[in-house]
Parts: sequence; C-alpha cells; structure tokens
Amino acid sequence: MSKILPKRIKLKGLLCICFAAFSINAKAQTEADAIMIPKNYFCVGGMYSYSSWNEYWEGTFKRDNQNIGTLSVQTAGVMANYGINDRLNVIAGLPYVTTRATAGTLAGMNGFQDLTASVKWMPVETKLGKGLFSFYGIGSIVLPLNDYVADFLPMSIGLHCKSFMARAMVDYQLNSLFFTGSGQYINRSNITIDRNTYYTTRLIYSNEVAMPDGAVFNFRTGYRSQKLIAEAILESGTTLGGFDIRKNDMPFPSNKMNSTTAGVNFKYSMDFGLEFTGGANYVVAGRNVGQSSMVHAGVYYLFDIGKKTKETKKEESEN
Amino acid sequence: MKKRLHFKYIGLLFCGLALAACKKIEERVENYEPLAPSNLDVDADTWKPVLLNGFTDLAVANPDAINSNAYLADLNEIKGFQNNLTSEQREKIKYWSAGAVLRWNEIMRGLVAKHNLPPYQGPDGVYPAPSAANPFAYPQFPFSNPPYAARSYAYVSAAQYDALIAAWYFKKKFARKAPYKNDVSVQSLVPQTDLPAYPSEDAVVAGTVVEMIKLLFPTEISYIEEKENEQKLARLMSGANTRSDWEAGESLGKQVAAKFVVRARGDRAGAAIGTPAIWQQLYDKTTATGETAWLSLETPKRPPMLPMFSKVKPFLFDSLTVIALRPSPPPSVNSEEFRKETEEVLKYSKNVTREHNAQVAFWADGVATYTPAGHWNAIAADEFVKEKYSEVRWARNFALLNMALMDAGIVCWDTKYFYFNARPSQIDPKIKTLTGVPNFPAYTSGHSNFSAAAATVLSYLLPDRGSKFTDLANEAAMSRLYGGIHYRVDCEAGLATGKKVGEYAVQRGKTDGANLGH
Repeated sequence: MSKILPKRIKLKGLLCICFAAFSINAKAQTEADAIMIPKNYFCVGGMYSYSSWNEYWEGTFKRDNQNIGTLSVQTAGVMANYGINDRLNVIAGLPYVTTRATAGTLAGMNGFQDLTASVKWMPVETKLGKGLFSFYGIGSIVLPLNDYVADFLPMSIGLHCKSFMARAMVDYQLNSLFFTGSGQYINRSNITIDRNTYYTTRLIYSNEVAMPDGAVFNFRTGYRSQKLIAEAILESGTTLGGFDIRKNDMPFPSNKMNSTTAGVNFKYSMDFGLEFTGGANYVVAGRNVGQSSMVHAGVYYLFDIGKKTKETKKEESEN
Repeated sequence: MKKRLHFKYIGLLFCGLALAACKKIEERVENYEPLAPSNLDVDADTWKPVLLNGFTDLAVANPDAINSNAYLADLNEIKGFQNNLTSEQREKIKYWSAGAVLRWNEIMRGLVAKHNLPPYQGPDGVYPAPSAANPFAYPQFPFSNPPYAARSYAYVSAAQYDALIAAWYFKKKFARKAPYKNDVSVQSLVPQTDLPAYPSEDAVVAGTVVEMIKLLFPTEISYIEEKENEQKLARLMSGANTRSDWEAGESLGKQVAAKFVVRARGDRAGAAIGTPAIWQQLYDKTTATGETAWLSLETPKRPPMLPMFSKVKPFLFDSLTVIALRPSPPPSVNSEEFRKETEEVLKYSKNVTREHNAQVAFWADGVATYTPAGHWNAIAADEFVKEKYSEVRWARNFALLNMALMDAGIVCWDTKYFYFNARPSQIDPKIKTLTGVPNFPAYTSGHSNFSAAAATVLSYLLPDRGSKFTDLANEAAMSRLYGGIHYRVDCEAGLATGKKVGEYAVQRGKTDGANLGH
C-alpha cells in the first residue's frame, strides 16, 4: 500500500520548466507538481526547452508579423531539489535564455534570466476513500540575476520582475491515477527601464514601470508510478491589471498577458537515480502573448546525501 | 523543531508579499512648483511675434468695471467655489499652477505619443493612410511620426508665443487686476502676481491649443475641451481669474491660433505623404546615379515616411535656405570609406554592451513615444521649471526650440530624400538592430539633426548649463550608430546640420526683444 504514497516514490525530480519571455509564465513550474523527494535526498539536473510562435495577440486581435517571422525562445536551465525532510523540499532553478527572430532586423538577446527558489511544504497527507489526499503550500521567490533588458519585447529574455509567489495545491492519488490542482498568486515588483518616459494608456514620466500581479491556475492529471509519470496539464495565467497592446504597437512589460496552455509531460525514472523528462505544450488561447508551442527535455540525477546507515535503518523501520 | 522551521519559511513569504505591495509610480512632472515668475516681462508686448502684425485685428472686449454687477457676480462665483474645495480640486489647482505653457506642452507630448503608431497593413498587404477628412477611421488621423510631431509642437508653441504677446498688450491696456487684489475675501491659492488678470494668460494658452487641435489632432477635440474646462475651473477656484478673465483670454488665444491654422493649411504638409509615382521617382533617381537606393526593410514594404515633408514651409528661413543647408553627399556605396562605415555598424551590432543598450533605448523615441522633438521638449521643460519664467517667456523659449526642431526636420527630410540612400541593414543583412529601423533613408540621422538643433537653442537660452545639452545631443546621435540603424557619417553630418538650423533660432532670439531679459 505504501507504494502508492507520493513520498515513497523516490525518483522525483523536476517535471518541467517553462520559461518564456512575452508571457506571464516566465518561471519554473517544478513547484507546481505534487511530488516530494524524501529527507536528505538531493536532485540535480539540466533541462532544455525550445518554444516558438509566429502568431500573437494584440489585445484580442490575433496576427502574424512578417517583421518578426518566427520568434524562438531557447532555454537551458540547471536546477536542484533538496529534501529537508519528507514534507519539506527546497527547489531552485536558473535558466539561460536565448531569443531570436527569423525575419526583420531586431537583434536577438540572451543571458541568465531569473533565479527561482521555492519552498514546498506538505502539511497534510491522509488517506481519503481508497486513495491518498495531500495538501501543499508553496512559496517562491524570483530574482533576476543581472540587469538584462526587459523593455525590448518580444526580444527580451524576461520581464526583470522580482516576484513572490504563493501557491496552494491539492493532490489526490488513486492507485496510479492522480489529479492535482493548484492556484498561485504572483506578486511582482515594479521594474526599472532604460527610458525615463513611456506610454501605456497615457504618457508616464518615470523610468519605473508598475507591474501588475498575476494569478495562475494549474490542473494536471494522469498516470503516476515509481517508474513513470505521464500527465496532461492545463494551465491558465492571468495578469491582474495591465493594458492591451494597441494595433501595430510594440509589446510592453506591463501589458495584460494572459494565456491558457495545454500540454503533456512524461518522466521515466531508472532504479539507480537517473531520470528523464520530456514534454510539449501549446498556448490554446491568449491575450498580448505569442501563441507558443514548446518542447522540453531534461535529465536529472537523484541521490541520497544522508548517512547511509541511518537511512537504511529508517527504510527498514518504515517497512 | 520541525514546526519552527515551517513557521520561519511562512514568515519569510509574508514579509516578501508586504514589501512588494507598493506599486505607485512617482512621476517627475508631478512635483513641479507653482509658477512664481522672477520677472513679469511687462514689455513682452514689444517682443517680435512670429506671425502677428500688430494687435488691431484682434478683438478683446472692454472688461466690466470691478464695481459692476457682472464683476461682482464673477467674484461671488469664485467665493462659492472656495467655500467647498475638495482635496481633488486642490490637486488640480496645484497641477495647473505649475504653468499653462508647461502643462499644455506636456499634454501635447501625450497626444503625440498616443498617435505615434504606424498603420497596420490591410488584407491586401497595402498600408492604409490616415485621412484628415475621416480622422476616426482606422488608421486614425494623424500618425504623429517625428516630422508630423515636430511641426505640431512648433505650431502650438509659436501660436502660444504670439497669443501671449497680444495678451500682454491687452493686459497693460485694461489693467484689471487679479480677483484676490480686487476683493480681500477672495483667497489666492496660487502665487500672487501684479500682472493684470484680464485677459487670462492661462486661458490664452488653452485657447490656442483648443483651436490648433482641430487641425492637428481632430480626434482629440473633446479631450482637449475637457482639459481646458479642468484648467478653467482650477484657475477660477484658485482665485487667479474670474470667468470673464478666462473667456476673454480663451477667445484671444483662439483668434491668434486661427492665423496659425491658416498658415498650417498652406504650408504643404498636407501633401507630405507623396504619391506612388513620387516614391518610384525617388528610387529611380538614386539608382540612376549608381548608388544603392533605399528600400523599406518592413514586410510588406511600407511607403517611405513623408517624403515631401522637405517641401514644408519652414518658420526660421525660406525654402531656398533648406536646399543651401543640405550637406554634401554621403560616401558612395562603391567607396572604401563606405565599406568601413558599414563594417563599423556591424561591429557595434555584434558587440553590444549593456551601456549601449541603455543609450539606444533612452533615445529611441520610436513607436508610441513623443518622438525626438518631444524628448527635447521634455528636457527643456525640466530645465525651464527651474528658471521661474513668466508665461510669455516660457512660450517664447518653447517657440524658439520648436521652430528650430521643425525646421531641422524639414532640412533633414530634404537631405534624406535628396540622397535616398540605404540603411546599414539593407546593405548588410547581418546587421541586427537594437531598436526598430525607421522607415526612411539613412543620410542624415533625424535624431542628430533634431538633437543638435535643440541643443544649440537650449545652450543659448541656458548658457550656465555649459556643454550639458551638446553632450546629450552627441549621446542621442551616437545611440543611432550603436543601435545599428545609422552609419557614423549620418550622425556626424546630422549634428553639424542641426546645429546650423539651431543657429537661426538663436539669431532670432537675440533680436526678438526678449533677449535682454536673461
């Protein structure tokens, strides 16, 4: 019976990371899965994603732009996950982002984007009916690590916000079937740009830009076992405020960037601690964002850094 | 132990939320001090106007005597307002007290930024043109691109200058003082002045915009009327003007502006967009010389921006001078010099520093901005507020600045379309840019012309600032090279020509009768 408990599924790394400039989802999503790694376990790995769009929404008006062609965002990230104990994990990730447009003259950009650090806490895990119910609270902090340019969308690698994110998540696992739902509030700091006057819905005489907060709802379901996870994900991100891009205007960091994304993820775990992830997702609806499709893949290694003898004893006592 | 750890993290999270909660932006234009001129420029009626020829054809009615029933009713209206002022009304009084020329210049900058959007192509790939006859249809009229914007600022500033010269004449003629000087029970919520209040100088300034906007930004007439009403109420509530002071001023402002509207309708700007035949001629003419003619780098190809703006009637000199100011040709595309120039642009395009990124963005003044001319108006405004000018001197200095900016635009556009040469990215597609490539020929740089002209005028008006404005102009010019959208020669020749245009404004300033004041 204990085999279906999430905490007993040892090889739990980071399912998916989605960094996308020109989207509210410029953040790690690993904190959005209902998976904990056990005490003293450490997971480290790297991932790569390729996302691109050739159509985007100006407000609600969907269009292409032959002066951009296809806008691609490549992300290479490193991340780590540590089990402080079975109910408390810390997760950190840092991506390097490269943007490029296939048409027009605008120069692509690249650089280290934002460090995301999360604390994931599972205060409740209890049998419910025939399955297992768990509740999670996740707090994250997002810190831009350098002064990359935010005010050159869609070429910018990010929005350069410092953010605090709070997520509440519930998970229900019935045999190998699971359902996870979560809601997240994103509190974003104002940003500073290189201009001292800019237009939003009026001319503003400051180099500071008021960044609207955001809300994210994430729902995922699928098959979850020790060896394999296969899941479908639906996520909606909403900017709480912000303004629409006007017809033929340039995008701006404080735009109202909304999107609904559908995707699938897979993870396969080997017995000796290596795990492979992969997946794809697609923006099915949006506002002031590109209609991205993304593929991603990652390799992680999970290992026990606690005292071997102690861990063995614990395993034995639990069994 | 475990529990305490949890609380620590939760605590950290809430701290973070509280810290990040503050979103309010403080804007640098919010805190301008109420205008208290250090010199009233009482002789401004003798200054040299731009268009006016005496005051005899301007109608300003004799004001009601201060003991008349009409005037007493005016005062009672003010007292009624002052009995019940809300904090919001006090905020408006404070906002407008910074100065009418200043605030209306800011409002103009906002309109330019709002309307500075290139049209989106139709389904046939053809770009529709804004129509003054049907201004609300997409694309709205106008597309306030840099030349259009420079001309708009110039007309409004010049009209305000002439209108205020006339206002000073009538103020002295009628010598009716401010309400708070005629009745001690009227409070003055703005700095007091000995300047006669009839006709109101604030209303004169507002009136010019109300009239000019009908031509320049016809979709904004109702917005401007709203702003004018707000300012009128602020002036009445502050005790600075009566309703009759305001109405006489507004009427005078409109009358003077009407003369500028007549000039504007005949200044050839209406034909600046050209025709397909003209666009083709420009291309063929340069191609025939063996040079590489300019091509739009946009897809679909966009017609060049206002090619016939070169023919617009300047304020500071005649059309022959425009041609005389045209710099010598840029290096031939077949020359070694040109090859080196292009290589230099590629070098900057490939070796981007964070400082260059910032410099390019700061000066980009592209889509949805107040344009380079507006940027220099903003720079000027931030300096002028420190000088405690009278309204008429504010207007005079903005008129000098903006006539120079408009004429620099005309001379620059003449040069661009005379040589009609290619942008760096057209010559070498490896050149990627840090800002959008403007849709017109390269030589000479518009930013360089505008900036040098403005810097020359501002350095004359504010000599104690040293090389501040020249340094800014050089930065603006070089930002275009660093951004990959101009050759060095575009920037250097543009700076030299812009300076020459600026000198015409300086010359005018030295002989307009206002020079002694500073």
